Amino acid sequence: MNNIPLSKISKDECGIIRNIYCDETLKTRLFDLGLIEGTKIKCVNIAMGKSPLAFDIRGTIVALRKSDCQKIFAELI
Amino acid sequence: MTSSESYTIGLAGNPNVGKSTVFNALTGMKQHTGNWTGKTVSTAFGKYAFNGNMYTLVDLPGIYSLDADSPEEEIAGDYLLTGGADAVIVVCDATCLERNLNLLFQIMEITPNTVLCLNLIDEAKKKNIKIDINKLEEILHIPVVPCCARNKKGLHNLAKATEKICKEKNTTKFKIQFPDCIEKIINKIISSFPKTDYLSRYDALEIIKKSTPENLENYSPKVKAALKELYAEIDTSPLELIKSSYILTAEKIAEKILTLEENYNKSDRILDKYLTGKYTSLPIMLALLFLVLWITVSGANYPSQLIYNGLFKIEDYLTEFFIFNNLPSWLHGVLVLGVYRVLAWVVSVMLPPMAIFFPLFTLLEDFGYLPRVAFNLDNNFEKSGSSGKQALTMCMGLGCNAVGVTECRIINSPRERIIAILTNNFMPCNGRFPTLIAITAMFFGGMALTAPWDGLFSAVVLSIVIVSGVIITFIMSKILSKTMLKGIPSSFALEMPPYRPPQIGRVIVRSIFDRTLFVLGRAVVVAAPAGLIIWIMANVHVGENTILAICADFLNPFASLFGMDGIILLAFILGFPANEIVVPIMIMAYTGCGALIDYESLESLKTLFVNCGWTIQTAVSVLIFTLCHWPCSTTCLTVKKETGSFKWTLLSFLLPTVSGFILCFIVNIIFKLAALI
Repeated sequence: MNNIPLSKISKDECGIIRNIYCDETLKTRLFDLGLIEGTKIKCVNIAMGKSPLAFDIRGTIVALRKSDCQKIFAELI
Repeated sequence: MTSSESYTIGLAGNPNVGKSTVFNALTGMKQHTGNWTGKTVSTAFGKYAFNGNMYTLVDLPGIYSLDADSPEEEIAGDYLLTGGADAVIVVCDATCLERNLNLLFQIMEITPNTVLCLNLIDEAKKKNIKIDINKLEEILHIPVVPCCARNKKGLHNLAKATEKICKEKNTTKFKIQFPDCIEKIINKIISSFPKTDYLSRYDALEIIKKSTPENLENYSPKVKAALKELYAEIDTSPLELIKSSYILTAEKIAEKILTLEENYNKSDRILDKYLTGKYTSLPIMLALLFLVLWITVSGANYPSQLIYNGLFKIEDYLTEFFIFNNLPSWLHGVLVLGVYRVLAWVVSVMLPPMAIFFPLFTLLEDFGYLPRVAFNLDNNFEKSGSSGKQALTMCMGLGCNAVGVTECRIINSPRERIIAILTNNFMPCNGRFPTLIAITAMFFGGMALTAPWDGLFSAVVLSIVIVSGVIITFIMSKILSKTMLKGIPSSFALEMPPYRPPQIGRVIVRSIFDRTLFVLGRAVVVAAPAGLIIWIMANVHVGENTILAICADFLNPFASLFGMDGIILLAFILGFPANEIVVPIMIMAYTGCGALIDYESLESLKTLFVNCGWTIQTAVSVLIFTLCHWPCSTTCLTVKKETGSFKWTLLSFLLPTVSGFILCFIVNIIFKLAALI
């Protein structure tokens, strides 16, 4: 198993989302932004202080806080 | 030509896809647009005529889905669901079509007449994104109109396509294919309702989405049985299955119609590398702030003088007119020395800086920089227990705090929204800029230095004031989230829009007309009666002294605790309707002649202030108090409207006031101690 929480991803690394354990509100929000299990993402930026992280999700850039990323797991590719 | 008909058209889409631009282009109206998520927080209406028919266009707030979890989604969702529109134009950003399709599918579920407007098609071309529009039309069975609303391209076709579906009705046939288990249950739920009480496919979907294994008892036996069957079959939530179907369908369609090059948004990523990079983001942010202020301060100086001289020439004519017609001198006093002079001051001091500041600010906004500020500062906001979107509301607060408070609607968590509302006043609005600029220019600026360095120095001081405002905001947010507004920071997902080249000409025109004149107009409306009242206070004597002097004397002992004098405090109190008039009131009171003096230059103004006892310490205290004191009356009313609570309004008043007094008190002590050494 090489699933890691998104908070541990490095810049320019790509991954496929495997599990989302966030609260319902954020989960719904992520679905609306096109992020579901199986979606390919790429970390394009990490801000000062390691939070938030910016991901390329289906061609749009979405910023997520590190604390939220800890609950989203991806398989690195 | 057929007889004239009128139709209502809803305009929906994801945030920041240019809905407002499409709206403006079609209706010729001037809704303010900006390159960040959540610009339109309420609906706007506009009309346009096409082929002899009238169309009412409803600009809905930008949303990601119809499942309401924020006020704007509720507004848009309610409007679309109640079926008030004859047709809905869904605006999609052609540069990120796949994600946008998600909302389109949801809207197609509920509205029989949908047009897809592929906006920003020129940007997509620039990024070498190829979209097979014919194929997309074929798959979706709805008109797909490529357009570039900013350059008014494709609008004719959009209006034509809209007209066609308004006439044909029920054109949208495409339905999402959900997984079999869901489809089966949808049919079971629909058939469980009697024919007379027809239940739509969308309503059935809603029932499934809102159900949980625990709340099944609330449904009728047949629906309950159907849902039970569903829950026996699946191991994820039905909401997840339904939403995934939208996303996967979008993915499949995108594969068929979209060709992207690997690095199509390379230039955006390079910009992001610097503007949001680990080491570069903060210096660039500060440099931009400084640059904007520097251009504002040094650029405004000369025109200010010019306008002032011009307006005072007019005053001379007015005076001559009064003398010539033998009008009583008190009337001349009230109207010319009172109302006109205060107006002349407000216009000459406010207009040039605003006419420079707002366009510069709008350029950054158009370009897409503001969400990057939110990204850069989010970590600090999280530590303060608040939302990163607060950075956006603060930027708006720099223009006008009342606007900033209204924009707080973009923050979803009620707790974080209240924090943002209560602390917005720590960003100095444009009404306070003149005071800040005048004081810094007089006491920290250029007297000792020559141009252009004087402007440079006041810009540094102004930047420090604004950065202090940001730091105070962090501290106050932290205090609030540890005391009255306890809670953990909520989750946060902020979309970073693509950078877009700002249209300089349009930006200038728009920011001058929409913002500068609006703010100036409001200031003038407030300043005129204020000038009248202040003139009366400065000229009506009770006993030996004027009312103004009596009030100032009364406040003096209290004000001196904070390194100010009674007149300064009185000026701030009388400035409650509008912060712009604080300095004019001070001048009026200091000159004692009951009217504003002709001020020839800042130097003569400084001499006046120094003669009335001002020192560097007074200037520092006034700067602090300008940054931290009660919000203006408009902002207070807006807070009341937005929170609906007297308690929060009172707190939004007290929080900056008390902190301002405390800070000034500390500064006063420090200066006193320093003098002793």
